[in-house]
Formats: sequence, C-alpha cells, structure tokens
Amino acid sequence: MIELKNISKSFGSKAILENISAGFEKGKTNLVIGGSGSGKTVLMKCMVGLLEVNSGEVFFDGRNFSSLSFKERKPFRQEIGMVFQGGALFDSLNVERNVMFPLSMFTDMTDAEKRDRANDCLKRVNLINVTKLFPSELSGGMKKRVAIARAISPTPKYLFFDEPNSGLDPQTAILIDNLIKEITEEYQTTTVINTHDMNSVLEIGDKIIFLHEGKKWWEGSNREITASNNNELKNFIFASKILRELMEKN
Amino acid sequence: MDAVGFSSLGIVAITSIFMGAVITIQTVYNLVNPLVPLWAVGVVTRDSIIIEFSPTMISLVLAGKVGSSIASEIGTMRVTEQIDALEIMGINSSGYLVLPKLFAAVLIFPFIVIISMFLGIAGGWVAGDLSGVISSAEFIRGAQDSFVPFNVTFAMIKTVTFGFLIVTISAYQGFYTTGGALEVGQSSTKAVVFSSIMILVFDYILTQLILA
Repeated sequence: MIELKNISKSFGSKAILENISAGFEKGKTNLVIGGSGSGKTVLMKCMVGLLEVNSGEVFFDGRNFSSLSFKERKPFRQEIGMVFQGGALFDSLNVERNVMFPLSMFTDMTDAEKRDRANDCLKRVNLINVTKLFPSELSGGMKKRVAIARAISPTPKYLFFDEPNSGLDPQTAILIDNLIKEITEEYQTTTVINTHDMNSVLEIGDKIIFLHEGKKWWEGSNREITASNNNELKNFIFASKILRELMEKN
Repeated sequence: MDAVGFSSLGIVAITSIFMGAVITIQTVYNLVNPLVPLWAVGVVTRDSIIIEFSPTMISLVLAGKVGSSIASEIGTMRVTEQIDALEIMGINSSGYLVLPKLFAAVLIFPFIVIISMFLGIAGGWVAGDLSGVISSAEFIRGAQDSFVPFNVTFAMIKTVTFGFLIVTISAYQGFYTTGGALEVGQSSTKAVVFSSIMILVFDYILTQLILA
C-alpha cells in the first residue's frame, strides 16, 4: 500500500500540487487521471523520489520514503519499478541488456541467471525473438512492453506507469492495459498508473483519483465514475460530445 | 575510450599534418634575417607544435567533436527520461554517465596529442622538403637542436586540463538540458562554445603560471 499525506509541490512561485492525500492499494490498478498540466506526472515523480516534495509525506507500506536521503532510499529502489511515457529504454543496449540492467544493479546473479530472468520477463510481456534488437528497431508498443519487462525484472512490490498508452493505437493500448492488470494481480504489486485514456479508466480503474489544477477533485472506482456529479470530472470524462450524448441516452 | 578519443584520430591527423606544413612554410617566409640559420625553422616548428599548437589546437578540435557528442548524448538521455530511469534504480546518474568519459578523456587525450606532435613535425618536414623552402637535412638538424623535455611535460599538463574541461563542461550542458530536440542542439552548441573559451582562458593561465 502506498499512502500520500498532504503532498504539496511548487516550482518557484507556481504551485503544481496542493495538499494531496490518497491511498493506493496492493494488488489493484490505481489510476491517477486528469488533463494535461494537472500535475499527474509531478505527483508520480514525487512518489518515486525523482522530485522532492515541498511538504507532505509518502509512505510505502508504512515506511516513510520522503524523509529518507538518496543513500537510504537505495534498498527501496529494488522494490520500485517504473515505466516512463516514452519507454526510456537505454539506446546503447539491446532489448535483453535493457531488461538485465536492473538485475545488474540490484542482484548478485550471474550473467546466465540474469539472461534467463530477462527472457522470462520478455515472454511474460509476449515478446519473443527480439532480444538482440536495439530500441530504435522497435515499434511504440514493443518499446512499452520491453519497458514493462525491465520494470518487473527485479520483482518489484510497487509499479508506476506514466501514460502507458500514449501514442499507441487503441488495440495495442488495450493489450498494454490488460498486461498491466494481469501483472498487478499475478505479482500482487501496488500499481499506480497516470493516464487520460478513458478506455483504461473504464477497463482497469480499480481505484481512481482525479486531479484538476493540482488538487484532488474526486476519488472512486471505474463503477462510480460515470455516475459522479462532480462537474470538473464530468467535463473531463465526457469531453467528447458523442460520448456525452450516448451516456445521456443510457 | 573509442568515442572519446580514438574515433577522432582521423581529424586530428589531418589537422596536425597541415598545421605543421603551414608553420614551416610561414616561418621560412618570415625569416628574413641572414644571421639566423635556415635550420632554425626546424626548431621553431617543433617548439610551436609541442608547446602550443598540438595541445591547444587539437583540444579545440576535440571540443568540437567529443564535446558536442557528449552534450548531445547526455542531453538526449535527459529529454527521453533515460536519466530518470537510471535514478529510479538508485544509480548516481552523473557519476555513472560522466566519470567513465572523464577518465577516458584524461587518459586518451595525451596519447592523441603526442601522435599529433609527431604528425605535425612530420608534416612540416615533408612540406618544407616538397616545396623546396628548406632541405630535409636542415629541417632535421633544427628539429633535433636544443630540445627541452619539459616542453612535452608542459603540453601534457595542458592537455589533461583541457580534457577535464571539455568533458565536465559538455556533460554539464547535456545533463541540464530541458525540453526536446531543439534544446539538445542548443546544449551541444553551448558545450562547444564554452569549452573552447575555457580552453583559451586556461591556456593563458597555465602558460603564465608555468612558463612565465
């Protein structure tokens, strides 16, 4: 479980996040939704320690992560996997080496053991015969899957996904969503996903928090979201006129 | 080591040979005093190349080639979140990305400059002989006359300092890139400009401190 307590973050005089509190449960896909510039990515970077919060605390299963120094966070790092928006694969390493990379950082495995583990993870994300390819030779969907394989290779307890569906066609986006859901349930990870993809919201949103102008405006599940009376949320999820008309008819 | 040094050997060789050739011909052209023997051209060419041209000119060439490459590589890693991916894994990204390049530069640049010295002097010798402005025997006599080994030490001190400046300035520019492809290009340009200026400034400072 990940808990956020009164998180605030600003850049200079501009407040990006204001007093955000939330809880993300284990074994569930927790979504953070909101429009562009609402603070989703900044919130995720604060959670994983890529940005320091101005005030507030982040707890990983009761352990206060935000109060730790860079060195003290090192043991936590093995428990955290993150998939970035563009994949963030290392250009100079092939697919297999990319997936083996966290294992080299966190474990004492031999090269053969690391290779086996990398191949298992690549199989888990339905990628075969691509181990020797370089990131520049992969499609967008393949890059995302390699990034997921890299994130799960050290068997993390906490998984973070920043816009996992951006730039993907609808079918590939659904494949990625299903994969995230399966991995979350199989490995019992606490998974947090930043997205503004409505398919993801409706399909895999076990728990959803809605950010608007740096504040938490709504919290609930995919079953509750369409019935919400929150105007800002309705404007966000029914931005499409066709969708709004369809929902009103139903 | 290949990216930081050996891949630059081609441009270094061309620059050095022509640099030596031009120094020789220009020195002969400017040597109008009949009291100064012609073989002094060999001395002037050798010392100019060892003390100034090889360490400084070649470092400026390397600032353009290696510095821009380092800044654009690290800058691209920054804007594509590869550096964030390293930090998520608890890796000190600046140490992981910059230190190997720094060690490679400090180790390899002196070898490149020594090669440049040989090629520069050889370029001057061949150009002098081919153009007929100074005979091969006279040039070699001059090149062997009153050699000061400390000049080579001084050149190595300069080279190591310049290598350190090129890598740290370029890595800094790349590391603090924000934005996208346009900003990566701007970081690369800044890396070359600032490295070149700092090379010239430190060339003066080191000369003043060590030779004056």
